[in-house]
Order: sequence, then C-alpha cells, then structure tokens
Amino acid sequence: MVENQTQTAQQPSQAAESISAIDLKGVSKSFGPVQANKDINLTVKRNSIHGIVGENGAGKSTLMSILYGFYTADAGEIFVHGAKVKIKDSSHALDLGIGMVHQHFMLVENFTVLENVILGAEGDHLLASSKAAAREELTRLANDYGLDVDPDAIIEDLSVGQEQRVEILKALYRGADVLILDEPTGVLTPTEADQLFRILEQLRDEGKTIILITHKLREIMAITDTVSVMRRGTMVGTVATKDTSPDQLAEMMVGRRVLLQVEKTESKPGDKVLEVENLSVTDDIGVPRVKNVSLDVRAGEIVGIAGVAGNGQSQLLEAISGMFPPLLGEVRINGKKIEFSGAGVADEVRRMGLAHVPEDRHKMGLVTTFEEWENSMLGYEDDPKFGDGPILSVSNARADAQKRIEMFDIRPQNPRLKTANFSGGNQQKIVLAREMDRDLDILIVGQPTRGVDIGAIEFIHKQIIELRDQGKAVLLVSVELDEVRALSDRVLVMFDGEIVTELPPTASEKEFGLAMAGLDPAQQ
Amino acid sequence: MSGARQPLPSWALNVLMPAMNVLLALFVGGLAVALIGENPIEAMRVLAYGAFGSGYGLGFTLHYATSLTFTGLAVAVAYHSGLFNIGGEGQAYVAGLGAIMMALWLDQTHWVFVLVGSIVGAMTLGALWAAIPGYLQAKRGSHIVITTIMFNFIASAFMSYMLAQVITNPGANAETRTIAETGRIPLLSEYFEFFKHSPVNIMLIFGILALIGVYILLWRTKLGFKIRTLGQNPEAARYAGISAVSIIVIAMAISGALAGMMAVNEAVSVQKRLVVGYVQGFGFIGIAVAFMGRAHPVGIVLAAILFGALYQGGVELAFVMPAVPSELVLVIQALVILFSGAMDEMFKPVLERVFGAFRSKPRTDDSTATEEA
Repeated sequence: MVENQTQTAQQPSQAAESISAIDLKGVSKSFGPVQANKDINLTVKRNSIHGIVGENGAGKSTLMSILYGFYTADAGEIFVHGAKVKIKDSSHALDLGIGMVHQHFMLVENFTVLENVILGAEGDHLLASSKAAAREELTRLANDYGLDVDPDAIIEDLSVGQEQRVEILKALYRGADVLILDEPTGVLTPTEADQLFRILEQLRDEGKTIILITHKLREIMAITDTVSVMRRGTMVGTVATKDTSPDQLAEMMVGRRVLLQVEKTESKPGDKVLEVENLSVTDDIGVPRVKNVSLDVRAGEIVGIAGVAGNGQSQLLEAISGMFPPLLGEVRINGKKIEFSGAGVADEVRRMGLAHVPEDRHKMGLVTTFEEWENSMLGYEDDPKFGDGPILSVSNARADAQKRIEMFDIRPQNPRLKTANFSGGNQQKIVLAREMDRDLDILIVGQPTRGVDIGAIEFIHKQIIELRDQGKAVLLVSVELDEVRALSDRVLVMFDGEIVTELPPTASEKEFGLAMAGLDPAQQ
Repeated sequence: MSGARQPLPSWALNVLMPAMNVLLALFVGGLAVALIGENPIEAMRVLAYGAFGSGYGLGFTLHYATSLTFTGLAVAVAYHSGLFNIGGEGQAYVAGLGAIMMALWLDQTHWVFVLVGSIVGAMTLGALWAAIPGYLQAKRGSHIVITTIMFNFIASAFMSYMLAQVITNPGANAETRTIAETGRIPLLSEYFEFFKHSPVNIMLIFGILALIGVYILLWRTKLGFKIRTLGQNPEAARYAGISAVSIIVIAMAISGALAGMMAVNEAVSVQKRLVVGYVQGFGFIGIAVAFMGRAHPVGIVLAAILFGALYQGGVELAFVMPAVPSELVLVIQALVILFSGAMDEMFKPVLERVFGAFRSKPRTDDSTATEEA
C-alpha cells in the first residue's frame, strides 16, 4: 500500500525556500554483481532534519558515501543547492558544504579538541595562527549552537557524547551546512541522545540541513521532519514524519508486516546454571573493566545486561566465556567452577555447556575469509563428529553446516560460499546456528542483532525466547535498550564496570536512563 | 574508484596474473639483454633450452625446484598461521648439521638408513631452529620477522664455527668429510639414463610428498584448521579456544622442518658433505616461491619449477652466450622476484577493468548484498 508512494514533504517552520539542499536524481551504484543503489531519487529540503531509514544492506551508507565523495555513482546526477555537481572526494564534498559525522569517530585520541578540529584544515605551516583563529571560531560555534566543549581537553578524556560533539564541530568548522550523521545514537545513553537531538534541532533552526541515517524508528519519529525509506538498494518512498507511524515505516522497510513487539510468556526459572561471584577483570594495560560483579542466571530465564557500550560488558562476556582470565572472583556453570589457567579455557568452558555468541561477529565470531561450513564448526572443530583424531572430515562438516543452514534459514543456502559474501543478518545466523543448535545449558549472547535487518531480528529474538522456553539459561548483553527490555525477564544495568542495579523490564525509560548513567534510580 | 571494476575470478587472480608478471619480467630482462647488444630472443631461447631442453638440464631444474619446494612450503605453512618466517635460510643451514651428522654416523650401513636418518636429523634441527623464534613471538611478543632474520645470522656464525672447528675435515677448508660410498643416496640418473649426471635424486619424491602432506595438513586436519583460523583472524581463534602459543610454535616447527629438508636434497644427496654456506640463498628464494604460489601447494610447485628453471637456464645462458655477464642472469631472476613478489598486484586494477568491461550487467541480488561501506 505504501509502495512507491512519494508525498511532498511538509515544509518545516520558517524558511520556505524553493531550492532544496540536496537533490539526487537516478543515482545508481553497484559493487561487482551487487547493486547497492538503484535509480535513487532523493530531495532534502533546506533547514530540515531528513531521516533515512532502511535495513542493513538497504544501501543507506552507500548513498551517503556517494554524497560525501567516498564513491562515485555509476549513473545519476547530484545537485547541491540547485547546482549540478560531480563530487570527486570528501574534501570536495566539504568545499560544497557537506559534512559527515561517522558512526565510528575519526578523532586522534591524544590530540586536543582544538587540534582535532583543525586537523586537515591547518591552513598555515605554523600551527599557532590557525589555532588562534580556530579557537575564536569554536567559541562562536559553541555559542550559536549550544555545542559546549573545552577546546583544550584531550579527546581520550571526553565522554562519547562529547566526542561526537567534536565531530559535529569539526564539520561545522569546515563550513558544512548540510550535515550527515550516520547512526549517531548507537553509542549514546538515552540522555546523551536527547542532548544530541536538541543540538540537531538548534542547528536546523539556525539554518543548517541535517541528514540522519538510522535504523531506530523511535528516533525518526522523535526528531525528523521528513523521512525516506530505503529497501534493497531502492528508494521506497519519502513521507512527512507527522503523517506516518513506526509500524508503517517498518512495513515500508521490510516490504511486509513486521512484529515490532516480542511475544513471550512468563518465565519459569529453575536451578542456577551460571553463577558469577565477585568477578573483577582488568584489561591488558591494567585498567579495571569489571568491578566486583556478581550475578546468577537460572534455567529458563533470560537475564539482560543493559548499559552504554564500553562499560565493561565486553570484558564480562570474555571472562565468563573463558577467553580472558579474570583478576579475581569465580564463575560456576552448573555448580562447577571454571579453572582460569593455561590455554584453551574457552574450549573447556564450551565443553561445560556454555555457548557464546560474541558481540562482534566480524572480529571474533567468524573468520570471514573462510567458507561458511568452516565457520559453522569454529570452536567445535575437535568434536569427534567432524572426524576421528587429527583428521578433519570435510564431508561431515559440510553436511552438518548444510543441516544448520536449513534449520536457521541461512541464505544463500550454500556452505561452500565465502562467509564475507553473506549479508550481516545471515552471518549472524551462521553464528547463532553454530552456538544455539548444541547440547547447551547456558547461552551468553552479546549484541544479538547488531547490524541485522528487521526481518532477521524477529527470527533471532524468537530463537532466543524458544531456547529459554526449552529451559535453557540465557545471559543477554545489548546496548539496544529496547532489545534488552523486550527479551529479558530481569535486567541488570551495568555502568563503569559495576552492576548498578536490577530493574524489571517494565521499568520506565527514565529509570533505565538514570541507571545507565550510573545513578541508582532508587536513590533519586 | 571506477564503477566498471569487477572482482577477479580465481583463475585470473592465481594463474593469469602471475603469468603476466613473469612475462613482463622476461620482457624487461630481454630489454636488458638487448641493451648490451645481444639478441634477447636468442637469450631467452638459450635460457629455456638450458632449463628444459635436455634430460641433463631438466635434471638440474628439478633438483633446484625440489629445494625450492621445501623452502617455499616452509614459508607457506608459517604464512597460513599468520607468521612471516623469513628464516628459511638459517633453518635449512642448521638442519644441514642434523642431516650430515646422521648421514656420517650411518654411512657404513646402507643408503636407505642414511636417507631416513638424515631426514630425521634435518627436520629435527630445522624445527628446533624455527620453533625458538616461534616461542619468542608467542610468549614474549618478539616480532618473528626480526627474530628469524637474526637467527639467520646466528645460524651462519654457528655453522661456520661448527664446520671450521668441530665436525671439520682436517684436510679441507671448513667442511665435513665426505659420505662413504656405501651410504650415498642414489641420483635418479642411476635408474633413468635420461637424466645423465644431473643431481636430481630421490628427494624429488619427498618433495612431491611434502606438497601433498602440506595440503592435507592445512585443509584436511583439525590442526590445519586451527593454524588457518589463527592466521586469518587471531581474535576468532581466541574466541574458539585455540591456544595461539602452541599453534604458533607448532606451525613454526613444521615450517622449519620443511626448510630443513633442503639439506638432504642438496648437502647429503648431491654434495655428499656439508660445506660452509651451502644454502646459497635458496631459503630466501623460497619466500618468492611461496608468494608467487599463493601459499598453496599447487602454486608452489609451479613457482618452484619456474625459479629452478631460471637458476639452471641462467647458468646455461652465461655459458653459451659469454657476452651476457652472469650478473645479468641474476638481474633476470631478480626481475621475476620483483614483478611476481614485490609488485605482484600491479596488473590487478587493469585486469579488474578489463573483466568489468566484458562482464554482463550487474544483477540485483539481495542475498549476497553486503553493506559495510
């Protein structure tokens, strides 16, 4: 019903200018056999916040990379403020007034804010003069847009939210008046996200144009004026935000009705399967990451750990799964203590009935250069079913992979295909199929749906709930608060390496927000 | 950044591209020959004939190729575990000590015992010499490239001392005594008249076995799977519970053992004694062989034959065309290494465009869509 529907977006507030900030006409781009963008038309009005939503692989990032000069389009035209341009590279894009804030910040950690801002735009051979000019400009920008950051602070001392402001300042300093933000809230607490939105609104009111790429429908509804939906490389439609709803957007993104709510019954917790007692972890360079954490997970329940990324969740998962020895404390599975000594602890922990879906499938969960069937046995290669003794039975391993492919509906259904050629959602399914289809007692799972499209999210959530209903224990870590709340039976909030509090999943967003910022809501 | 590029099919990447590199190297080498006033076509003909034209020449080519197969496989195995072992030279040298000591000890029995004994001796010392830098890398984080280079120098000094002072032949100059008649490993020419008196010997068969063995090890055993996992993604290996320390040490030991096999082929079977500096750079050429052969046994055997042929054909060239200085032969070999080793991917962008132009229109395929841009 929403197919190809293109409504004229409602003109936001004051500036009723006829020329749009960005106009893309018939833009196409393909990588080898994959067409990432197909005949895209997009009009971004001046002085508006324009959201672009779409599943992973829908082509959002590719489109923005074309606009920012990282890629050259195979076909199509680009107009910036009405003038036809051919964007050669990112510095050309900057000259045209297009700035980008990347998902992963591109800052020099041990430089000051000021030094980062002038980086690449030093202007003079001697730094002092450009620094002085930049300082003045920064003060002006800070006053105009409410972007307060100490110009002399070192980047690594800043919070993630502040680092993001530096990125925005960087773009503004170079004279950007069209600002592209790629998934800007992924690393922010709800409070920081709100602050960011206020800044974005202010920027819009001061005459800037914002393009916001996100997959979070709530943010789209909260802040954008207009929203464009992409699916499989095509532009499905552009609608005024006030005329649409999250359900409609989700339908446009996926092409069918989607259950945004997770359906689950009351949990029936059984015996303690995982017990973590006074666990402390320091990382390689001696920084304490996990501080005296104790928790239990019982059979038949999902315990969620909420928190902003980088508050010790990764280290907690690594310690429990035997990948990294903790400094202090004890971890027991089914009452049996994990011995953290020597090599191959992770292997031993697996044998004790723990399955681990790691947070980062590219870095850890998969060897993307391997064929699918090889990843389908990663970590379990010593299992006798993959061959006797030292010999690897390739035929058995491939048959096993084929079975998992069918069970988890991994596409394409080809165990001989290189893993890098699967989409994000299917790669995640490869990991899940490997870890979940086992004789396991506890599943620990980190960011189960990061970079996964909505259709696959639905499937993955269903699998996790099903596992719980079979009486298995699940420990879930996710930075997506919505996901933690939707799946978990109990939620622990982690901040700065500590479990700050336990909340029921029904607790309000404000309570979670406070806890994720390190404040115990009970004491407020 | 042009849209017309296509990722290359594996045959283009693994066969066409190396072939183009070799042809380019020979072309530039030909220019150099022309520059000194000789006929480059004739020079190339002499080179090819010298390497393949007679049973005698072919025997030399295969003998050199056998040594290069061992040192090339050595580099490849380490490479699959993520390590750049450039110490094949030293490992082969030290392995020579193990090989010759066993050979001299057993040479009054029968050549079969000499063969088995010297293989065991060579592999043991080669493995040991390579495992030490492996251990230092795994446990102490000492970079393998640095340590293996240093170990080449240590090997050189140590072996000079051993050959001059310890197991030396009093009458001769820094070398061991010669293996007795009874213990000499036969050359293939003793069975096949065709090879005349060329040095190709039974180790050729062991070279083929090593190629098959390395394939099985890497792609058909659990250890090989672990080695490749560690090499491709150390974090995934850690996640999988694979012990990096033991895999690194094992992979380096296998690597060193393979490099060591060269000692049996060259020192024991052909020179029948161990002389100072017998390796003569074959350990280093093994690096080029491994890279040109894409660290895969099939590629390695082809690359080893190519470099073996260049070595033998070059000797022939200097002999037949005295006007071509022997340094120029080295230049041609170096050009092959340069173009197929250091500048390996030079043709890649060009080929990608060519393939892009001939390929049918891109199709939309959501199942393989990846967006990591």
